[in-house]
Amino acid sequence: MATAVGTAAQFRHRRHPGGTVATIATWVIGFLFFFPVLWMVVTAFKQEVDASTDTPKIFFTPTLDQFRGVFDSGFWPYVGNSMFAVVVSTILVLVLAVPAAYAVSIRPVEKTQDVLFFFISTKMLPVVAVIVPLYVIAQRIGMLDNIWFLVILFTSMNLPIAVWMLRSFMVEVPGEVLEAAEVDGAGMFASFREVLLPMLAPGIAATALICVIFAWNEFFFSFILTAARAGTVPVFLVGFITSEGLFFAQLSAAATMAALPVVIAGWVAQKQLVRGLSMGAIK
Amino acid sequence: MATLTAPTRVATEDKKARRSEGWSRRGPLLPALVFAIIVTQLPFLLTLWYSLQSWNLVRPGSEQFVGLQNYADIFSDSTFRSAAWHTILITGACVGIAMLLGIGLAVLLDREFVGRSVVRTLLITPFLIMPVAGALLWKYMMLDPIYGIINWVLGPLGAGETDWVSQFPLSAIVVALVWQWTPFMMLLVLAGLQAQPKEVLEAAQVDGATGIRTFVFVTLPHLRRYIELAVLLGAIYVVNTFDQIYMLTQGGPGTASANLPFYIYQRAFLGFDVGQAAAMGVVVVVGTIIVSTLALRLIFKSFDIEEA
Repeated sequence: MATAVGTAAQFRHRRHPGGTVATIATWVIGFLFFFPVLWMVVTAFKQEVDASTDTPKIFFTPTLDQFRGVFDSGFWPYVGNSMFAVVVSTILVLVLAVPAAYAVSIRPVEKTQDVLFFFISTKMLPVVAVIVPLYVIAQRIGMLDNIWFLVILFTSMNLPIAVWMLRSFMVEVPGEVLEAAEVDGAGMFASFREVLLPMLAPGIAATALICVIFAWNEFFFSFILTAARAGTVPVFLVGFITSEGLFFAQLSAAATMAALPVVIAGWVAQKQLVRGLSMGAIK
Repeated sequence: MATLTAPTRVATEDKKARRSEGWSRRGPLLPALVFAIIVTQLPFLLTLWYSLQSWNLVRPGSEQFVGLQNYADIFSDSTFRSAAWHTILITGACVGIAMLLGIGLAVLLDREFVGRSVVRTLLITPFLIMPVAGALLWKYMMLDPIYGIINWVLGPLGAGETDWVSQFPLSAIVVALVWQWTPFMMLLVLAGLQAQPKEVLEAAQVDGATGIRTFVFVTLPHLRRYIELAVLLGAIYVVNTFDQIYMLTQGGPGTASANLPFYIYQRAFLGFDVGQAAAMGVVVVVGTIIVSTLALRLIFKSFDIEEA
């Protein structure tokens, strides 16, 4: 016993200097991964002359001119479209997914596995395989460049993730809680609202955040199915390059603002990110 | 799961009540199910149908049934074959490299140290950045031949004014993708590391195993499920990569870096060839089904582990 403790202590002692090196390495790597983002934000505060230099400039007089330039080139309507598509699709996802997750976890239907299998298989269907008919349908029913068409596609894109993620929260609800609700003679809907909903609120919020992240960043559908009227922020960003030519600082300002909302949302939701990304498989 | 099915009561009720109970159970599921079927399955059936037509998107009424001609055409199209090869190459390289880096970073982060949560926040940022913006900053901030940081850093080593994006288009795409996907891999592996029982590790240390031996013989087998899950989920997303290719190289120079999603986009919306684009879509689906069947099994297995 004494020797075993001795070995463990020695081990800890030996690990300590290595620990400092590892810590410094972790910090350096973390900084390197973050550096491109940092450089983008820094460049956004430069004048164009400071941004296009052979030797990167670290010291310069910061300016908000580039952000003003982006606002002046019609940024806000695209933000409005993105917000609308993201918010409405996320609400739709929750309206569809909360009852569905309930039906595969709390009071499971027969063939629950098959249903879950189906939902996740739709996520695995490559979007390129359906883009042509979607475009043709949108064209025929006059929904090209219409934000509602994107709302529907964003909803279907996030629905499987939401069903799986919500299910993972619901299976954690203790059985006694549900039993208690049933003994009281509460109906299905009442027991859901009174007992489950308050317990699930954090899980629902986390699911919504994941949906927001994916919908805000979506480019493929938006790029092909929308243009000037219903275009979203990524579409603006792409159009910005071609219409404005190559202005590093202004481009950085546009990219910074486009990326900012989701970066902040993701930082806030760090703890729930893993569960969302693994569709609830990992907590 | 088992604890939740236990309190449901069926035995004492008659058939009619059971049937109505069945519908009250199925009811909440139906809207989502019907929505998913209409929005994802119907378009795919149309894709199958279109793949048998010769049809120019901008000439209405040009539809003509041609049977399997489109499939014959795409398989004799060398661009299609190279796009398929690029898809495999990009996905394999990105997922492989990102996973190795992700494991390394997860191990580094799975320790107590000053500023741990700050470093983790820095590391996950590339995954949160809008992919279009991420591709932009790689193309112009990092890899630009004249103003890019990479050439400035490598300048003393004689990189000069290398135009990375046009000289090494596939590598440039993989770099941007690895940067984006490493945090994804890292987060999933880190979750695996943190789920590892600490007693097992302590026991291994007490037995005198070195850090590396413990990692290879104790930790890696435990991580296997997490790594498989992350690789397969990552691969399913990366196969569909469009944003980075559109932004960085436009599939060029020529078709040197086009993957299948990008080539399908080109055939459909620049070449207006609905039939061939649809046929390629079907081929991608068949390929994906093979991979995803595997993925699904694994995901279900992972669930069993978590809930046991």
